[in-house]
Amino acid sequence: MTDTALIDPDVLERVLTTALVGGGDMAEVFAEDTSTASAMLDDRKVEELSSGRSRGAGIRVVDGDTTGFAHTADLSEAGLLAAARAAAAVARQGEAGVRTVALGPPSRHGPGDRTLPDTVDKGHKLELLGRADEAARAMGDAITQVQVGCGDSRRRVLIANSEGLLAQDDQIRTRFNVVCVANGDTGMQTGYESLARTEGFEVFERFAVEDIATRAAARALAKLSARPAPSGEVPIVLAGGSGGILFHEACGHGLEADHIVKDASVYTGRVGQLVASPLVTLVDDGTVLGEWGNFGVDDEGCSPSRNVLIENGILTDYMWDWLRARKEGRKSSGNGRRQSYQHLPMVRMTNTYLLAGTEDADEIVAQTPTGVYVKKLGGGQVNTTTGDFVFGTTEAYLIEGGRITEPLRDANLIGNGPEVLRRIDAVATDFDMTPGTCGKDGQSVPVGCGQATLRITGVTLGGTA
Amino acid sequence: MTDDLLDLATSVVGQARPGEGVEVYATRGTDTEVRAYEGEVESLTSADSSGVGIRVLVDGAGGEGSRVGFAWAGSLDPTVVAATLADARDNARFATPDPDVVLAQPDGVAATEIDLWDDGVASTPMEKKVALAIELERATRAADPRVRQVSSADYSDSRVEVALATTTGISSSRRRTNAFLSVDAIAGEGAESQTGTGFSVGRGPGELVPDEAMDDAVERATRMLGATKARSARCTVVFDQRVVSTLLSVVASALSGEAVVKGRSFFAGRVGETVAAGGVTLVDDPTDARAYGAASHDGEGLACRRNVLIADGVLRMFVFDTVSARRAGTVSTGSAVRGGFAGTPSAGCRALVLTPGSKGLDEVLASVGDGFYVQSVTGVHSGVNPVSGDFSVGAEGLMIRGGVLAEPVREVTVASTLQRMLQSVVEIGGDLRWLPGVAAGQTLAIADMALSGD
Repeated sequence: MTDTALIDPDVLERVLTTALVGGGDMAEVFAEDTSTASAMLDDRKVEELSSGRSRGAGIRVVDGDTTGFAHTADLSEAGLLAAARAAAAVARQGEAGVRTVALGPPSRHGPGDRTLPDTVDKGHKLELLGRADEAARAMGDAITQVQVGCGDSRRRVLIANSEGLLAQDDQIRTRFNVVCVANGDTGMQTGYESLARTEGFEVFERFAVEDIATRAAARALAKLSARPAPSGEVPIVLAGGSGGILFHEACGHGLEADHIVKDASVYTGRVGQLVASPLVTLVDDGTVLGEWGNFGVDDEGCSPSRNVLIENGILTDYMWDWLRARKEGRKSSGNGRRQSYQHLPMVRMTNTYLLAGTEDADEIVAQTPTGVYVKKLGGGQVNTTTGDFVFGTTEAYLIEGGRITEPLRDANLIGNGPEVLRRIDAVATDFDMTPGTCGKDGQSVPVGCGQATLRITGVTLGGTA
Repeated sequence: MTDDLLDLATSVVGQARPGEGVEVYATRGTDTEVRAYEGEVESLTSADSSGVGIRVLVDGAGGEGSRVGFAWAGSLDPTVVAATLADARDNARFATPDPDVVLAQPDGVAATEIDLWDDGVASTPMEKKVALAIELERATRAADPRVRQVSSADYSDSRVEVALATTTGISSSRRRTNAFLSVDAIAGEGAESQTGTGFSVGRGPGELVPDEAMDDAVERATRMLGATKARSARCTVVFDQRVVSTLLSVVASALSGEAVVKGRSFFAGRVGETVAAGGVTLVDDPTDARAYGAASHDGEGLACRRNVLIADGVLRMFVFDTVSARRAGTVSTGSAVRGGFAGTPSAGCRALVLTPGSKGLDEVLASVGDGFYVQSVTGVHSGVNPVSGDFSVGAEGLMIRGGVLAEPVREVTVASTLQRMLQSVVEIGGDLRWLPGVAAGQTLAIADMALSGD
């Protein structure tokens, strides 16, 4: 892959001019060239080495409240012009006429000092898989199955619009994950652990794959002796870095401006109000270098920023993309993202985290007479309109007499966003981040979540006991 | 139609080197998506896309089996396809040689001729598709005074053509169309809001029933108004048709032969045993054109076929692709599935159907008497584990009292294990509905589940 621009600026100007021939307020070209590679070791065999290439452009024309969108895998001028005409077709026949587009100087962002994926020997990547497999199996004979995957991607994007914006970014991502199955008298249990960073292969100099593998194996083994989780409302202590997915679901999605402008969020019209415990200061921050939701520019060419959403329990702002910000006469907050050039951008989170508190993590557990300690969370889901959300535990224990005791089988927790946020009564200092994949309206994007150990006075745990 | 796609696949297969196995999966599609909001088009997407996925098998030395490599590209441009073949070939160098890794061989099973193509998708003018979405939104807003917002009303359709060719003599092509209407309604009273989604699916726009989508969305949203948390209890749970389709898709992942041979299914080693209540018969039949996942050929180009997985409660078989079948010492059941051109084949179900009973929803509720009717679930991917069978999902719905639906309930979970749920099926509805996804749905009642609330 070369470092030349995906599309020549002169071509971009002509394409944008064509896109606005029938009228329209804004035209945009989003070009993308993504290379991915992945490898999987399963059942002790290197089963699959895969590589892929996706290259193309999406063109949108915004006319009032209407957006026309077309995409093409053909980055030639003819291909782009055809897509521009298709996107423009939806624009109303307004003040037709020639509106010449002139692009400003390009803003370039790059991967910085990263080891590019295609410079790493494939054999070297496979060696990591083998080391992880061995480390997981060494945890005990009860580990009966190990699946190790690693993958990397390089995503070059170029965004140009009729307002003169021209921005480029070069995003490098690397992930590594291990799934273990443990088999015992009570059946099978699974353990999962992953590492995912917006970095290159150099990430493995700082993170040992053996640690990822042993954590996954330990998780599966612990659950072999697990008892069914309790059923009903219980106090919950979430371990630091167990998955800030709680905040992602409990309020993150509800603070996305596309839900807000359609009055489809419980947080609509609540800026300035107390929506959470005063211990809650929530930030969405695309600038945290290396985190999974980090980038140089968002998928509309806007620089990421650190946006405080809730400060000491008071709702301060929502997250915005270009389209929804324009409606309110303000600027995007750098949250316009899309899965690929084949998708329209929408408001998405980046790295969403709760600022650390002042208490000692162990002390929070010690001061919880009975409850459930959640060491690791899986995924979750929210209905932004009602605020009801679920999130699953993948490693949890009973708390009895202020001590962490027996392991519990997996279960979902269910709560209502605003209610659960009010019930946070302790936040510790042991902050950590975890990577995740966020799905919305059929599009997936990489995000980060973070939080320190915290306690919620009551959440419904969906166990059977 | 698909001929040029098959020609392309065949010509790439022709570039195989001596001793190499090559499989080429080529696809092309056209998508339209219209979203209406407040009587206008909010967004309109129209696009063509195409892609190729290539697997190359290279013999390992000394008869130890083959190494396989895979590469894909979102383009059918000849230069790109050539580079993709080269990438797949290079990737093959690094795989572990494995005697079970082979390409599918023609197995003599004739493909069922099924017509999954509706010319209406291409011939219907865009204005008419736009009008469908706008009218759906208008009608939903007007359907009930309590509907205070329609957050999305969408029309979408797609045309997909797939061709597959291999050095082992497989050569197949298929095509299908789909059209959807879906609508999200928000009903409100005072400060409270509740949501409901409805949809209608067909092979083409002419088969869509806007009222079906609207009625479903409005009824689901409005009947939840006033919902509260319920008391924790053990009770019989009646699942809505749509929820049952989702539940069957999870059971499907445990019926995958690949999960079984790799020790990742709670069904492993249980063929011939009773795994479900008497009367539970589960069939995967992609040759039934009414099924959303219907297909003439599977993801390796073999004929799709009707497979009876559970018969009257007894586990009969698993679904296999070629490689997982060899590992299990059996043959493919024509059940290879793949996630488009960027995915490799694996074993999976396409068109599950639970043999229907005779009762409609009302009769099922009457026979259950008291329990909880679940209209939708959340957290299926975080709360259902097809390896351990642990099952815990967020739920909303209505209590069943005296055999009829009573007060609405939200913010609760229902939990059990998949193993126990299959054994505890007490009613299978006769109200079979063909739904998007890998399984049809009908009302299903399961005894003795844990409802968690206050």
